[in-house]
Amino acid sequence: MLNRFALLAALGVLVGAAAHAQDTIKIGEINSYKAQPAFLDPYKKGWELAVEEVNAAGGVLGKKLQVISRDDNGNPGDAVRVAEELVSREGVALICGTFLSNTGLAVTDFAKQKKVFFLAAEPLTDKITWQNGNRYTFRLRPNTYMQSAMLVPEAAKLKKKRWVVVYPNYEYGQSAAATFKEMLRKLQPDVEFLPDQATPLGRIEAGAVVQATADAKPDAIFNVLFGADLSKFVREGNTRKLFEGRPVVSLLTGEPEYIEPLKDEAPVGWIVTGYPYYGIQTDEHKKFFLAYFRKYNEYPKLGSVVGYSTIWSIAEGLKKAKSTDTEKLIAAFSGLQVTTPFGKVTYRAIDHQSTMGAYLGKTKLEGQKGVMTDYVYIDGAKVLPSDDEIKRLRAAD
Amino acid sequence: MNASSIVLQLLTGLASASALFLVASGLSLIFGVTRIVNFAHGSFYMLGLYGAVALTSAFAAGPLGFWSAVLLAALAVAALGAIVEMLVLRRLYGAPELYQLLATFALVLVIRDAALWAWGPEDLLGPKAPGMRGAIDVLGRPFPSYDVFSIFVGPAVLGALWLLLKRTRWGLLVRAATQDREMVGALGVNQRWLFTSVFALGTFLAALGGALQMPHEPANLNLDLALIGEVFVVVVVGGMGSIGGAFVAAIIVAMVKAFCIAAGTIDVFGAPFPLSKLTLVAEFLVMAVVLVWRPQGLFGKPQGTVRATAAIEPPLRPLDARWRIAGFVALALLALVALLGTSAPYAVVLMIDVLIAVLFAASLHFLIGPSGMHSFGHAAYFGLGAYGAALFFRLGAPMEAALVLAPLIAALGAFVFGWFCVRLSGVYLAMLTLAFAQIVWSVVFQWDAVTGGSNGLVGIWPSAWLTPKPAYYLLVLVCTIAGAGLLVRMLHAPIGLALRGSRDSPLRAAAIGIAVPRLQWIAFVVAGTVAGLAGALFAFGKGTISPETLNVGRSVDGLVMVLLGGVHAVSGPWVGAALFTWLQDTVARQTDYWRALLGVVMLALILVFPLGVAGGIKRLFIREEAT
Repeated sequence: MLNRFALLAALGVLVGAAAHAQDTIKIGEINSYKAQPAFLDPYKKGWELAVEEVNAAGGVLGKKLQVISRDDNGNPGDAVRVAEELVSREGVALICGTFLSNTGLAVTDFAKQKKVFFLAAEPLTDKITWQNGNRYTFRLRPNTYMQSAMLVPEAAKLKKKRWVVVYPNYEYGQSAAATFKEMLRKLQPDVEFLPDQATPLGRIEAGAVVQATADAKPDAIFNVLFGADLSKFVREGNTRKLFEGRPVVSLLTGEPEYIEPLKDEAPVGWIVTGYPYYGIQTDEHKKFFLAYFRKYNEYPKLGSVVGYSTIWSIAEGLKKAKSTDTEKLIAAFSGLQVTTPFGKVTYRAIDHQSTMGAYLGKTKLEGQKGVMTDYVYIDGAKVLPSDDEIKRLRAAD
Repeated sequence: MNASSIVLQLLTGLASASALFLVASGLSLIFGVTRIVNFAHGSFYMLGLYGAVALTSAFAAGPLGFWSAVLLAALAVAALGAIVEMLVLRRLYGAPELYQLLATFALVLVIRDAALWAWGPEDLLGPKAPGMRGAIDVLGRPFPSYDVFSIFVGPAVLGALWLLLKRTRWGLLVRAATQDREMVGALGVNQRWLFTSVFALGTFLAALGGALQMPHEPANLNLDLALIGEVFVVVVVGGMGSIGGAFVAAIIVAMVKAFCIAAGTIDVFGAPFPLSKLTLVAEFLVMAVVLVWRPQGLFGKPQGTVRATAAIEPPLRPLDARWRIAGFVALALLALVALLGTSAPYAVVLMIDVLIAVLFAASLHFLIGPSGMHSFGHAAYFGLGAYGAALFFRLGAPMEAALVLAPLIAALGAFVFGWFCVRLSGVYLAMLTLAFAQIVWSVVFQWDAVTGGSNGLVGIWPSAWLTPKPAYYLLVLVCTIAGAGLLVRMLHAPIGLALRGSRDSPLRAAAIGIAVPRLQWIAFVVAGTVAGLAGALFAFGKGTISPETLNVGRSVDGLVMVLLGGVHAVSGPWVGAALFTWLQDTVARQTDYWRALLGVVMLALILVFPLGVAGGIKRLFIREEAT
């Protein structure tokens, strides 16, 4: 794919930056495209579609949106450098993006230091809007806490006593595991957690992990693995009959990015969060789905929804602020309502977290493909902690 | 754990040891003959897996389709390996070994992007092996039948390699070349084809290892570097060039990992510690222990003589006055960059990154070049400096004090690790530095309370008077000139002469009374301290640090900078670091496939400037006096 954007950028240079700056609003976008292509390739397609739609509808404040995208190589040092570049050289009005927790946090802190508006699109760490939150930073996706909290009531309904938690050994996995344990203990005080399986990200020894998990004889399993680690774990678990008679509650597994590579070996009956693009019948989603399919001739993934909603949020925010001024943007985003493919979401004034939710359902096999069934949309607003709790977590601005 | 679960974990460990051994045996074979430490070996493994998945979906389902796909994929990748050897590596056998390493690293970049272009970003899960989809019963528990097959593949390949090496004429030549390749050439053997065939066989084994993993894991783009570290460990623990050693080492590594996963949580001084967290570094811990105990691996022999490597460089002489003046003028001009603060603010930001890279590269150059110690883990000291700065700062020290104290943390790390490292030489030393760096990385990565874990630490910004970028730039410039200048000054001082003498001839240096290990230890600490200063400057420049600050990638970046610039030129790190940082910054904006482009540029530079850019320019313009 020769990047449409590179072409656009080249054109932009030809036309002349001065003339160009008059009729565009520049948005800086930072992401780990090379490090996390499976999620971010659809993500990029999502935001490209949104930019096209916004501009076709006449743009924002009488100007066209122009996204200037940079790769952060998956590391915070480079993320901060490209952020500097976008702000000081390209003169972008605001920045958005990031995927990994550490790059997300680095740019969050950069935004605070440089007083730049930052919309974190994808990183899941709770800290972006809570412990390390600041007034310049907003976040679109439901964080690790919210996603885990969606699963806990379902886990409690299983009434299983002995659990093993399997997670990738870095912040996302650790905090998902910790939240899950803490909340399940509240709902089900007699629950017992056997020793965790913390596996190195991307390098799980699936055979040994499955064997050790089976040896612990748990009644149920909470899984946080994703990507290649998940594929290996599921395949090995199927062969070694780990999942027979053992319910599994699993974070993110229903996202097409992670369940579709498993093809006909996708797990059946797991309770998961995800994105059933094949069945969401709301008008907002249908519109998005058809536009996406028409443009790319492929189905959207969760990344596509995130990329698409990020740009639409920015467009709506700019409209409400009637300006690209940082302070006015912050004021506009506090309480901003945006219609996304998942319905209306609100960027909360209290912690700058959006109320975007996720779909909760069970996995099943349909032909050669794993899909979600019996799914419901859980609004993010319903799984957020109380305002008091947030005030305790988040320093006042 | 009861007996049956221990048996099953043992069997599981054996199965993964087999897979590891296949790849490691290929690397060991290649190293034995060509002396190339082949970074791209993991990439060939990845290609083997991708190829097998692609071919099985093209062929009819069934045993014939599956096994022919596995074999054909491995053969195709072996052919590719042969082509790569002929086009690239063959031109580099006379170059210093680090340049060969750099070339194979460039290949990693190119191959990864080629795979992305060919197969897209999504993970591709291949089919299970026909007839071995299920499990058999072992002590009343299910055990995958494919793992049973895997357990036998390792010994089978070991046996086949043994027969090939001991019972065929080709094997005889390979063994001879491992001992003394020039002599083999002198006796009329066509070395070129011998090397190409060995490289093709090694590549075949890597690709076969990858293709046989099809029932275990999906083909994905992160396999190359995920695997190569582990394979290096196996080869080094077993002893470079020893196939049998690689087999034993593969079993040890796989067993240690299986044990860490199976044992669950143990009590360490009363606190529960989940052993499964150790899997992050299990293999590197094994390697560190083995290398400290046996400096040449379990079954390694002292390496045979290699006469045709690059000639010993002429002694480093101070440049004549004209060039020195030109250098000082250039440094003075660098200060003017600070004036660009308003007209080209990003130039200042980029130059800060460039100078920090220069300081880091200069410290690594001091180790690799004049001291002759090839460090693969120099990022550890950069990272210790960065984390040191952040921790002092968060403890309440003023930023200026943190900047001064931080390099001491790096110095302390270099002091401890250096003591072990200087006892080793060559590739073993390089791998021990890597092992220590990985151990530090994993501690930083998992010690949430102090280092912030995988997220790292944020909010480390400089004092108010240094907040404007031009001011910070000047600080970095002063520190870089001071740090790099100190290293250059040392090179021309008696200690530098002694270091170079110890590198060129350790025996003679010892004979005239130089305490070689102690001298190298001092050099190690000095280089670590300067790297720590670079790390501290980095931390305050970014405001954020995370474990990436000290991962393998940064060590490799440092190597690339030093080698691009040229090991034998004092200005090498300046040119190399500037070129690398600028390339990374610019090329990334031009294309989606910037990694491949970077790789191609690196290959081109290596082939055109075998002495590095600065080395090449120096050769062009400055005539060495006859010695």
